[in-house]
Amino acid sequence: MSAGRDAMEGQLILRVVSKFLIPVIMLFALYVQFHGEYGPGGGFQAGVIMASALIVHMLVFGLDETRRVAPLPVLRVLSAGGALLYGAVGIVAMLFGGNFLDYGVLGPTAPTGQVIGIIVIELGVGITVASTMVLLAFLFAERVRER
Amino acid sequence: MDAHFQALIVVLPLLAAPLAALLRGRTGPWLLATLVSWAMLGLALALLLKVQAEGTLSYALGGWAAPIGIEYRLDALNAFVQVLLALVAAVVLPFMHLSAAQEIDEERLPGLYAAVLLLLAGLTGITATGDAFNVFVFLEISSLATYTLIALGQDRRALTSAFRYLIMGTIGATFFLIGVGLLYGMTGTLNMADLGERLPAVADTRTVHTAVAFLVVGVCLKLALFPLHLWLPNAYTYAPSAVSALLAATSTKVAVYVLIRFLYTVFGVEFSFGELPLTSILVVLAMLGMLIASAVAIGQQEVKRLLAYSSVAQVGYMVLGIALATTAGLTAALLHLFNHALMKSALFLALGCIAFRMGGTRVEHFKGIGRSMPWTSAAFVAGGLSLIGVPLTVGFISKWYLVLAAIGQGWWWLVVVILISSLMAVVYIWRLVEVAYFETPAERDRHHEAPLSLLLPTWLLVALNFWLGIDTRLTVGVAESAARALTGGGS
Repeated sequence: MSAGRDAMEGQLILRVVSKFLIPVIMLFALYVQFHGEYGPGGGFQAGVIMASALIVHMLVFGLDETRRVAPLPVLRVLSAGGALLYGAVGIVAMLFGGNFLDYGVLGPTAPTGQVIGIIVIELGVGITVASTMVLLAFLFAERVRER
Repeated sequence: MDAHFQALIVVLPLLAAPLAALLRGRTGPWLLATLVSWAMLGLALALLLKVQAEGTLSYALGGWAAPIGIEYRLDALNAFVQVLLALVAAVVLPFMHLSAAQEIDEERLPGLYAAVLLLLAGLTGITATGDAFNVFVFLEISSLATYTLIALGQDRRALTSAFRYLIMGTIGATFFLIGVGLLYGMTGTLNMADLGERLPAVADTRTVHTAVAFLVVGVCLKLALFPLHLWLPNAYTYAPSAVSALLAATSTKVAVYVLIRFLYTVFGVEFSFGELPLTSILVVLAMLGMLIASAVAIGQQEVKRLLAYSSVAQVGYMVLGIALATTAGLTAALLHLFNHALMKSALFLALGCIAFRMGGTRVEHFKGIGRSMPWTSAAFVAGGLSLIGVPLTVGFISKWYLVLAAIGQGWWWLVVVILISSLMAVVYIWRLVEVAYFETPAERDRHHEAPLSLLLPTWLLVALNFWLGIDTRLTVGVAESAARALTGGGS
């Protein structure tokens, strides 16, 4: 096992505080995600915040623990799935008779359709960004462990 | 439905890329990518026919009308380039199945095909869009995919060459973006057609001149014009065989398209070549490229690198045609853009066959392949003839038009330079022919002909080299109409 994990094992304060903080970080990520259309934020920022929760988990509890929470195959599917979700909105808009990504046609009125469209699209962005960030962190952590 | 073709040709590969990354094994992702490339070819041909029948097509992405929204704008020029892109992809992808399975670990294959699809999405996106900033975005998508593809090569040096290309490519893209930013600052618009209308009013400012400088240098880095070509030889040499074929036929061609689009549509012929001294700068660099890169190609021992240097020289022909700033010159540039893609992809695919059987593409691997791999070596010779510009091949057609354009300007010395450069091509191709047919292999030969699934795509491209070299109605017709529209001052 890596030295990093051993070092953190004795750090009671770090472990307790991060256990307390991780859910709050995740909640904040969801807030940034779904508040993005009214305030500062959006899918990319939310995705990074969500990923940072998992990366803190990895730093404190070790790579193996985090991999149990977020298995690689799931992350792979999510990272591709988010992008597909984004594209799917565009395709659905086409099927509804609009142009590609014209999400005004998704709802009964154009503004409602635009709200639906932007929320789904930003969700796709958030999913892809979060899972890709975690995948990258895993890759680096594996490199460190190999040494 | 056909109203959406313009968007679908970009969206299809873009969405197929994450799907391909999700699939496992060696056949699934490949099959998806191949089917997508065939669909793209169908879309591109349909769009070309439609453009010829109805004129310029416009598609408002997201329903936002131009010039505020992103507009996809298709005329004869980009429809022509899209057909080329889709055609090369549709032929190279079937080839890639066996070739990539031999050269790349199975677990990386889904990533390879995802990157190929992203590359296609980026390149078609550049040609599809009518928005200057959107060009930058797609440029980055295609470049990032390219860096990944090059890094997948077997040789460890693939990593350093991918990194070098990353640095050079990023500088190029940044210069391009600075140029676009300056133009936006002066005109307040990013739509190319709109830029073309608003620029003349502010053309005589230092800001616009600076923007032109940044844009031209940035794009010339991407298209590997002579002194900015240093990233290209290593990138083509160490990339996987099929990827080299795809890149050589598409990525520099799309950069040439961007150069044409900006110089002719956005800045306008009078400004680019009348007010600014671009003709003399580009002609000198193109000529130096043709002569020096051809000379360097003659001395190469690694055949992929030889072809890469020859590509740098061939880019010179295209830029020469552009710099002439006449309808004839531009026709020649467009023809050569299309024709060079055909000959280079045929040659690189033949090299891929050789790499598949012989395990390498250095000159010594060519020893005796005339006997052991007759079809592959014949394909290589045929592609080489086209590269030299022998009559009945596409290479002859584009050089013929280029020579005519040069004579039309009264620049006889240019004809001499073109001939010298072609003669140099004879030297470097003949050297390989000699080794392939007249030298006996060192050991008793147990190598045999490449499998049919590699030979068929190779020969399809070789056949196109001859077919379009004899029946030139399609290519010359489209190139001429595109060139006339661009030089005639119309959109």
